[in-house]
Amino acid sequence: MIDVSDLSAKPQLSHARDLSRPGFYVKLVLMGLVNAFGLYGIMTSAAQQQWWILGFLVASLIVADYVYFSKRAIPAKYLFPGVIFLIVFQVYVMGSTAFVAFTNYGDGHNDTKQVAITQISKTSDRRVENTATLPVSVIEKDGVLGFAVIRDGKAEIGTTADPLVAATDAKVSGQKVTEVPGWRVLNLAEVQQRQKEVLELRVSLSANPDDGWLRTDNATFAYVAKSALVYDQDADTFTDPEGKVYSADNSKGSFVASDGTELKPGWRVFTGLNNFTEVFKDSRLTMPFLKITAWTFAFAILSVVTTFIFGLALAVLFNDPRVKGRTFIRAIFLLPYAFPAFLSALVWRGMLVQDGGFINKVLLGNAHIGWLSEPTLAKIAILVVNLWLGFPYMFLVCTGALQAIPGELKEAGIMDGASAWKRFIHVTFPLLLVSVAPLLIASFAFNFNNFSLIYMLTGGGPNFQGTPVLIGETDLLISMVYSISFESGARQFGLASALSILIFVIVGFISWLGFRQTRKLEEVL
Amino acid sequence: MATNKQSSREGSIFWKYIVAVVVFAFCLLPLLFVLSASLNPGGTLTGSTDLFKNVSFSNYQTLFQKDFPKWMLQSFFIATVTSVGTVLMAAAAAYAFSRFRFKGRRGGLTSLLIIQMFPQMLAFIAIYLLLLTLQDVYPWLGLGSPIALICVYLGGALGANTFLMYGFFNTIPRELDEAARIDGATHAQIFWGVIMRLVTPILAVVGLLSFVSTYGDFILAKIVLQRPEDYTLAVGLYVWAADERNAPWSLFAAGAVVAAIPIILLFMYLQKYIVSGLTAGSVKG
Repeated sequence: MIDVSDLSAKPQLSHARDLSRPGFYVKLVLMGLVNAFGLYGIMTSAAQQQWWILGFLVASLIVADYVYFSKRAIPAKYLFPGVIFLIVFQVYVMGSTAFVAFTNYGDGHNDTKQVAITQISKTSDRRVENTATLPVSVIEKDGVLGFAVIRDGKAEIGTTADPLVAATDAKVSGQKVTEVPGWRVLNLAEVQQRQKEVLELRVSLSANPDDGWLRTDNATFAYVAKSALVYDQDADTFTDPEGKVYSADNSKGSFVASDGTELKPGWRVFTGLNNFTEVFKDSRLTMPFLKITAWTFAFAILSVVTTFIFGLALAVLFNDPRVKGRTFIRAIFLLPYAFPAFLSALVWRGMLVQDGGFINKVLLGNAHIGWLSEPTLAKIAILVVNLWLGFPYMFLVCTGALQAIPGELKEAGIMDGASAWKRFIHVTFPLLLVSVAPLLIASFAFNFNNFSLIYMLTGGGPNFQGTPVLIGETDLLISMVYSISFESGARQFGLASALSILIFVIVGFISWLGFRQTRKLEEVL
Repeated sequence: MATNKQSSREGSIFWKYIVAVVVFAFCLLPLLFVLSASLNPGGTLTGSTDLFKNVSFSNYQTLFQKDFPKWMLQSFFIATVTSVGTVLMAAAAAYAFSRFRFKGRRGGLTSLLIIQMFPQMLAFIAIYLLLLTLQDVYPWLGLGSPIALICVYLGGALGANTFLMYGFFNTIPRELDEAARIDGATHAQIFWGVIMRLVTPILAVVGLLSFVSTYGDFILAKIVLQRPEDYTLAVGLYVWAADERNAPWSLFAAGAVVAAIPIILLFMYLQKYIVSGLTAGSVKG
């Protein structure tokens, strides 16, 4: 056999470098786009001072141009696109999860110290004595709220991010701004609905923070407010009007007074192993966390066992040439698997509703069973739904595996006088297990992280009482992570990432078991 | 004697048909429930318990006056681009690993194998934070952008599919490449003209499986897409079903039926590949 490496070392002239061929121009256009994309990103990231992104873009652009314009590096031409996506959206994000796990990143700690100092000055404000009030209307664009005020007889608008600017084309009637092109003026009911946001809205009078900013208590008049806390750069402290001093604690990432009160927000700092020990230090979290971990394992194991046993039983029953219409039977058995899983979970939830749901009302004759609200019943319901979702796959796989077992083995068993049950236990089952074991392990790993089933069926509920985050009896580790990150009020990315690391370790171990089973490693290397 | 035995055997399997009917009921009940609800005009969740009492297609008409067609297009757009991108990138990588011997090849294969062990969705927090940062640099690649979601899915392309394709590429005799090379073909011509043509059926299957799993993805789509008109079917229908104040149950049911049909058809076509263990449990279950 000819060694390919010898040949690839002196490559033929590729069509992509032959000026008379269209391939060359396709490549030129593509590389032009790539370079435009890269240069645009390099310029914006420089302007935004995103140095990491800048560095990555410069490096990958150089590599891309080298790879596609050099005569060498042929394998790299084929690997580059996939590897770039892999690095950014898989390798980097995994690394970044590990990084965030060691920080206090989250709501209240989601930016740098400088940003925190500005924020604290703004939120700890008070009305400046003896200043006039301005008539105000609350305006909205794409969900962002702003003020439209009348200052010195002229209409001006601004938001949290943008200080007041003149709005010459705004319509004023009486003492109020009634219309601003591009914006929507909120009516009283809408203001009431978003009351909290309106009360927290602060619009700077100018780019200079020392001029103060506008606030409103009633959405009718706005007043000028300034920070009540004074920041001392040299001492790195805030002092309030009563003389209480808050000094920066760089290990916690916030300003703390001697009596323990903290200013909000804080900033991002490394907190070492804090996130990893948090669930054990906070006694309100320990029990729920242990329960959730136990349930995650129980759910994954029981799901595999129930679907496998049911699927195998059906496969054995119907892998029988005497049964007529097997193709039809198989097609019906396959339906739950073919129906998109996210829809199945939602449909089942509809059927399991306590008051007047299909199961309670029709199948159980007006029963009133809390299938999704009783901890134990909810767990059983989840397992039954997952059995419905998962058994067809096991049925298919087992049927395939059964058909692959040579018929001579069965005949040999009959000759030896073994009963059908004995033949199954001692011959068929062990052989079948060898071929489906990797699939069982994969199924375990999949169910261990079966977020959408739990999220859509029970939402993790019934919830635990008295926990600082929103978690419940049927939450899996992955849905607990989701809840801590996005649904428990203050988002705690640090803690959630630390829990993700735990899942990573468990899943990695399981996959490794699976690989050892399939001996994939020896096969490829 | 022989015929007697035959008929008693026939009789002894009758119970298997009974089992089949019971399992049919288990399989079909939720599907009939959702189909019946979808035909019940304006039906609520608890008012949909009498199967097929009212039959009308008005829900299906209402469906197309809502955001539903946008979601459907969005799902098809995202899943199609993702599956085409996945197939092209994974095939190119598999070609490089299968046909060239270069420095770092073993290392590359081993790293892929290790990366493959960790599902991408486990890093959803970091994905969210990454897009939050990226939107300052590329606004159309930030949170809320379907393009960003496609990029995230493509990030998982190599890890999940390279090995599968690599295995198939290795089964194609190298003598074919050599013959083409001697005839003056370039590496690109061998890739597009020889290898890709020979593995077309596998490419189709991998692409369709990737389509199905992208179509059904919920968690990443939920995190990335922010505005109702940008939702995919998975996110949009979840929002409808989560609360009857969003949409009547019967409307959700109609949406579910329409959303499920293409996938059911694909599955019936793909079932023999799934049985062969091609997916090794990677799609679901």
